[in-house]
Amino acid sequence: MNEMGSRNATILQVDNLKKYFPIRRGFFQKITGWVRAVENVSFKIKRGKTLGLVGESGCGKTTVARLILKLLDADEGQILFDAQDITQLDEKEMKPLRKEMQIIFQDPYGSLNPRMTVGQSIAEGLKISGIHNRSKQNQRLEKLLKMVGMSPASSDRFPHEFSGGQRQRIGIARALSVEPALIICDEPVSALDVSIQAQIINLLKDLQSQLELSYLFISHDLNVVGYLCDKVAVMYKGHIMEYAPADALFDHPFHPYTHLLLSAIPDTEHKIDAELNATADEVSNTLNPPSGCSFQERCPLNEERCKHNPIEFEKMGPDHLVRCWKVARNGSY
Amino acid sequence: MQNTETDAQDIQLDAPLAPKRTRLEEFWRLFRKNKLAIAGMVFFILFFFLAIAGFGLTRGDNPLLDPAMVRLQDKLRPPLAKPNLERLQANEIPRLGVYIFGTDDLGRDVFARMLQGSWVSLTVGFVAVGIAVLIGIFLGGIAGYYGNRHIRVGQLLAAAFFIVGALLLVGKLIWSGSALLIGGAGCIFISILMKKAAKAKTKSAGTRFWYFNTISIDTVVMRFVDIMLCFPSFFLILTVVALLPASIYNIMIVIGLTSWMGTTRFVRAEFLSLREQDFVAAARALGLSNFRIIFRHMVPNAVAPVLVSATIGIATAILTEAGLSFLGFGVPPPHATWGNILSDGQRFIFDAPWLTFVPGIAILIVVLSFNLFGEGLRDVLNPKLRERN
Ligand SMILES: Nc1ncnc2c1ncn2[C@@H]1O[C@H](COP(=O)(O)OP(=O)(O)OP(=O)(O)O)[C@@H](O)[C@H]1O
Ligand code: SF4
Ligand SMILES: [Mg+2]
Repeated sequence: MNEMGSRNATILQVDNLKKYFPIRRGFFQKITGWVRAVENVSFKIKRGKTLGLVGESGCGKTTVARLILKLLDADEGQILFDAQDITQLDEKEMKPLRKEMQIIFQDPYGSLNPRMTVGQSIAEGLKISGIHNRSKQNQRLEKLLKMVGMSPASSDRFPHEFSGGQRQRIGIARALSVEPALIICDEPVSALDVSIQAQIINLLKDLQSQLELSYLFISHDLNVVGYLCDKVAVMYKGHIMEYAPADALFDHPFHPYTHLLLSAIPDTEHKIDAELNATADEVSNTLNPPSGCSFQERCPLNEERCKHNPIEFEKMGPDHLVRCWKVARNGSY
Repeated sequence: MQNTETDAQDIQLDAPLAPKRTRLEEFWRLFRKNKLAIAGMVFFILFFFLAIAGFGLTRGDNPLLDPAMVRLQDKLRPPLAKPNLERLQANEIPRLGVYIFGTDDLGRDVFARMLQGSWVSLTVGFVAVGIAVLIGIFLGGIAGYYGNRHIRVGQLLAAAFFIVGALLLVGKLIWSGSALLIGGAGCIFISILMKKAAKAKTKSAGTRFWYFNTISIDTVVMRFVDIMLCFPSFFLILTVVALLPASIYNIMIVIGLTSWMGTTRFVRAEFLSLREQDFVAAARALGLSNFRIIFRHMVPNAVAPVLVSATIGIATAILTEAGLSFLGFGVPPPHATWGNILSDGQRFIFDAPWLTFVPGIAILIVVLSFNLFGEGLRDVLNPKLRERN
C-alpha cells in the first residue's frame, strides 16, 4: 500500500521523553509532589516493524503511548514521526498527522462509545480520511469489517452486543479506517482469553504484512512480545532498562529486571532466581526516587555504587543496550 | 488468490450472538422489573396531562372550571357536596354540578384551584430544572473538559477590567466604567500581540508574567459551587424573592438559579471520568474536533445521571415552590398554587380538613412518584447494573 524507499526508514523516533504528573492537594489545588511516570525513554521504530515495550503495571507504558499520540504533552524530550519533530505541534498543526498514528486499547469495553453503533464509530474515521459519500463509506466500512474478520451486518449493532474479542476487532477496524502508518497497541490482548489472544495477535500479524503497518506493541507479557516483535524495550519505573532485538533479548538477557520478567514465563530455561524479590512493594513511580539505579530496591546485585551514580546505557552487542553498570562490567548477569 | 482468501474469510466472519435489541427495548426490559418506578412513571405521566388539562380548563375570562369564582353562600362545603342551587346565581353554578374536593372559606371550588395549581407546579418544576440543568451542563462541562487549563495573568486582568467596568457602567459611572472597559480591550490586544512570543523557546520576563498560570478553571468553577452550596438554598431563595416583585416567572428563575450546583457536580464528575475513557482518547487520536468530542461522545454518555438528577430536581422544585407559596412569598394571589391552598386551609384544619389534606396529599404523591421514577431511571441507566442483568 505504501511505496517504501522514498520515505524515511524510521517511522518513529523518541528521544529522552519525560513526563511528570503533578499531585495536587487542598483548596487551591497546590502542587504537592510529582508522579514520575516517564523519566527517560528513547527508542526507534523502523517502518513495517514492531517494537515491543514491556514492563509491569504502572511503569509508564500507557503514558508513553499517550505522549507519542500527543494526547499528553511531554515535559522534555523529542518525538520524531517520519523525521518530522511533532513535540511542539499544537492541536491544529497536529491534525493532518493524527491519521498517520492510531491506537488500540487494552480494555475492549471502554474503547468503543456505548452510544454509537459500530458503523457510526468507524465512519467517523472514514470522514476524517475524506470519504464523505455515503455509499463509498458503506463500501469501505464493509471492507474494513471483513478485513478484521467481522460480518458487515455488525455495523448497525451497539458495542454492548459484542464479546471482548469482537470489540477488539472493531477497535482495530476503527484504527484502520484512517489508513495509518503506525499503530500503537496498548496491551491489546491482556484482557482477553488465551484462545482469543492468539486470534487477535494473528490478525495483527496478517494486517501488518498486508498493509505494511508499523507497531508499537505494549505488553507486560514477554511471551506475546517474543512472538510478535522485532525489537524489545524493557521498561521499569519510567526508564528503559534494556533495549535489544527480540532474539538477542531472549537468548542473552542482561539486565536483572529482564531476568525477573523472563522468569515469570512458565516453561523456559530461565529459572526463578530466589534472590529476585518479585513481591517487593507495589511498583509505584515514587515521589522521591532514590538517586542512582531505579531498580536497586529489588535488585539482587545491588551494590553501594548503584545508589549514587546515575546509571547510563552500556552497549552489550550490536543494537543491544543495557542500563546496568554491573552486568556490563561482568559481561553477563 | 485474492478471491479465495476473502471467500475463506467469509465463512468464519464473526457476528454478534445476542439478538438485535434497540436501546428502548433494552431500557424497557430492565425498567419493567422495578414496580415502584413504574408506579412513579404512571403518576408522572398522569400529573403531566392533568396539569396541561388544568391549564386549558382554568384559563381565560370565562373558564370551564373557574378557580377564582367566589360563592360566599357555598363556603367550606365538604368534598363531593352538591352546590346549593337555590342560593346561587345561574353563572355561579359550577359546571361539573358537584364540588369534587369541596370549597374553601370563600366558596371557591378547590378542584378548580388544584387544577390551576398543578399547572403552576408543573411549569415551575420543569422551567426551574431546565434552567438549572442548562447551567449545570455548561459549567460542569467546562470544569470537566477544560478544567486543568489555567487562567493566565493576562486573562485574569482582562476579566477583572471588564467585570468592574461593566459594574461601574451599571452604577452610572460612565467615564471610569468606559476607561476600564478600554483597559480590558487593551489586555486582549496585548495577548494577541504576545501570541507569537509565547510560543518561542526563550521568553522575555514580560511575556512570562503575562502567561503566568494563576488558578485552574476547575478550581474557579468548583469553588463557586462550594460557595453557593454554603447558603441554605431555601433561605437564599426567600431573600431573593423578598427583594423581587412576586411573580411566577421570578420564582422559576430564582429556583433555577439556586439549584444548578448538584447538576454541575454530576456533569463534571461524569466528564472527568469520560475524558479518561479510551473511546474519548480514540476520538482525539482520530483528530475529531473538540466540539464533536464533547457533543457526540461525551454529552450523550453524561445525560443519564443528569436525567436522573433532573427528575428528582423537579420534585424538589415543586416542593420549594409550595413552601414559598405556603409562606406567602410565592405566586401572588388570587392565582392558586398548591402551596397557597395549603396555607389558606391551615386555619380551618379542624373544620375543613380537606383544604389541607387535598393539596398536601397531592404534593406528597407527586414528589414521591418523581423520586421513585428518578431512582428507577438511575438503576436502569447505570451501565454497571446493565452488564449484570
Ligand atoms: N493523568 C494522570 N495523572 C496523574 N498520574 C497519572 C496519570 N496517568 C498516569 N499516571 C500515573 O503514572 C504512572 C504510569 O501510568 P501508566 O498508565 O503509564 O502505566 P502503565 O505502564 O500503562 O500501567 P498498566 O500496565 O497498568 O496499564 C502510574 O503511577 C499512574 O498512576
Ligand atoms: S545498576 Fe545496580 S541496582 Fe541497577 S540493575 Fe544494575 S546492579 Fe541492579
Ligand atoms: Mg497501561
